[in-house]
Amino acid sequence: MSDATDKASEGQSFEQNLDQSAKEVAQFKVKNTSLLNRIQHLLHNNPTLVPVIVLVISLIAFGFIAGSKFFSAFNLSLILQQVSIIGILAAAQSLIIITAGIDLSVAAIMVLMSVVMGNLAVFMGVPSGLAILTGMAGGVGAGLMNGWFITKIKLPPFITTLGTWSIFYALLLWLSGAQSIRGQDIDANASFLKFFGQSFNIGGARITFSAILMVLVFVVLWYMLNKTAWGRHVYAIGDDKEAAEMSGIRTDRTLLSVYGLAGLVCAFAGWASIGRVGSISPQSFYEGNLDSITAVVIGGISLFGGRGSIMGALFGALIVGVFRSGLRLSGVDVLWQVFAIGWLIIIAVAIDQWIRRVSA
Amino acid sequence: MTNPVVKASGIVKRYGHVTAIDHSDFELYPGEILAVIGDNGAGKSSIVKAICGATIPDEGEILIEGKKVNFTSPIDARDMGIEIVYQNLALSPALSIADNMFTGREIRKEGFLGKFLRMLDKPAMETFAREKLTELGLMTVQSIKQPVETLSGGQRQGVAVARAAAFATKFIIMDEPTAALGVKESRKVLELMKDVKARGIPIILISHNMPHVFEVADRIHVHRLGKRLCTIDPKDYTMSDAVAFMTGAKEPPAEITA
Ligand SMILES: Nc1ncnc2c1ncn2[C@@H]1O[C@H](COP(=O)(O)OP(=O)(O)OP(=O)(O)O)[C@@H](O)[C@H]1O
Ligand SMILES: [Mg+2]
Repeated sequence: MSDATDKASEGQSFEQNLDQSAKEVAQFKVKNTSLLNRIQHLLHNNPTLVPVIVLVISLIAFGFIAGSKFFSAFNLSLILQQVSIIGILAAAQSLIIITAGIDLSVAAIMVLMSVVMGNLAVFMGVPSGLAILTGMAGGVGAGLMNGWFITKIKLPPFITTLGTWSIFYALLLWLSGAQSIRGQDIDANASFLKFFGQSFNIGGARITFSAILMVLVFVVLWYMLNKTAWGRHVYAIGDDKEAAEMSGIRTDRTLLSVYGLAGLVCAFAGWASIGRVGSISPQSFYEGNLDSITAVVIGGISLFGGRGSIMGALFGALIVGVFRSGLRLSGVDVLWQVFAIGWLIIIAVAIDQWIRRVSA
Repeated sequence: MTNPVVKASGIVKRYGHVTAIDHSDFELYPGEILAVIGDNGAGKSSIVKAICGATIPDEGEILIEGKKVNFTSPIDARDMGIEIVYQNLALSPALSIADNMFTGREIRKEGFLGKFLRMLDKPAMETFAREKLTELGLMTVQSIKQPVETLSGGQRQGVAVARAAAFATKFIIMDEPTAALGVKESRKVLELMKDVKARGIPIILISHNMPHVFEVADRIHVHRLGKRLCTIDPKDYTMSDAVAFMTGAKEPPAEITA
């Protein structure tokens, strides 16, 4: 036996030439890289590139088709204003989708919290600031409720939020008595609720506060996702939850924080929506859930989790806005706008699948 | 011998009606490399996972440096300085090499940026990751920022090994760390294990590679049918003896059985 132990210090006999082995860092000969292949790699490293290119091309295309009606500072700022609420919802949705989840309740949380703010400030005489804070806390609570079911009871996000969508929707109908709160009443009692409806002009553009809020929300969340440990953990969980847990991430705690934060962002959207719409309507934004998912998907964020930049969702929301506005100004029937958005979704997911096949 | 670093006794783990660990004992002593060998499905991964909190045993007691521990997650073990290289590596494919090396123990920038804005110090993490990979001779990767999914299987294994070696202070568990590695890279990992041992940190090595086991191990724990069959000294037995014990072809002598 002593054979094996004798050689222990020098390793195995067939390894004796290892000392002379090549030392320089390996050079990879780049072969077989067609243009398509290189594009695939480029997009894999920069997932936001697709929506940016689509946005630029569609802006130019509609500029040609619809002319200066479309390509004016006023119309472009109008698009920004029109997408602001769905954009903020899409930011919340992105957080969830990056963890490989999905949230069907974002719009319900948003409208519910706008009703809560309205009821408190307009009818119950609570100071606007306090009413808004209550709504924000409610948003966090609603998000944590989703997160609790998902992490502690281990329910799938789709089913959980399908359920809470109905629950929150029923609650908001009950709280509002299915009645809108009129704009005049808000102006008279709680004009601060309409804060984000204000705007200012630069050049021909009219910039509303809600559009600025949208951009701010995206910038802050982008920073959190890309520059902090928390953000790296969110991506790791979406990538492979079990591996994340084994490599030392408290996955449930992180997921809970993601849902809570998404709820807070929805509540901000609720506040901003009051200014944007001018009143508080329980029927508004009924399709907001799906619209937010549309923006996220078109923005190149993978529904399988762990991939894509939150900025993509901002571009996704803008692309939808540009298509709607461009097609409308070109005199195209509304049904064809819906038709076009449908194709955008299919193409975006197909591109995502193609990019994901790049690995190794 | 001195007091064991790890002493586990009567560990049981059942999955439905599969008994992965069946009243097994386990000891790791200071400064040693302990090899764990056994057939596929013998329960090698299961027992080391029980020791590091990745699974929670149904029965049994685990003492680390004489103190009873009840880990509920691998994070608990890691906080004590125990690192593990999992058989499936436990890396996040879409994150970069540097991100993966630091998951759960990221370095933050100093001052306001780090303290209040919680900003990561990416350059520091990248420098550290590059150093560790170079030590392993694994700088054949193009960039420390490239996502782990674009690495070969062996390179990924290198990242996982480097991560464990860099952060362990108590002991390291390596579940088949050379399974996907080439001859040269395996050699580096074996050398690294010797370095770690020289630093006074003991290692548990699970491997099917008998020459590697007999080269580096101070003791060999033979696992069979969910429990420890015997512990042998590689100087007293041959590789064929070890294989005979672990496959059941030969009964080990009574004085060394579990
Ligand atoms: N999560 C699990 N669920 C159900 N059964 C499991 C699980 N993990 C392990 N087992 C079972 O426990 C037994 C031991 O598995 P284990 O992975 O510990 O074997 P091993 O000795 O590491 O094998 P290998 O050499 O193939 O890595 C096997 O029969 C396996 O099917
Ligand atoms: Mg195993």
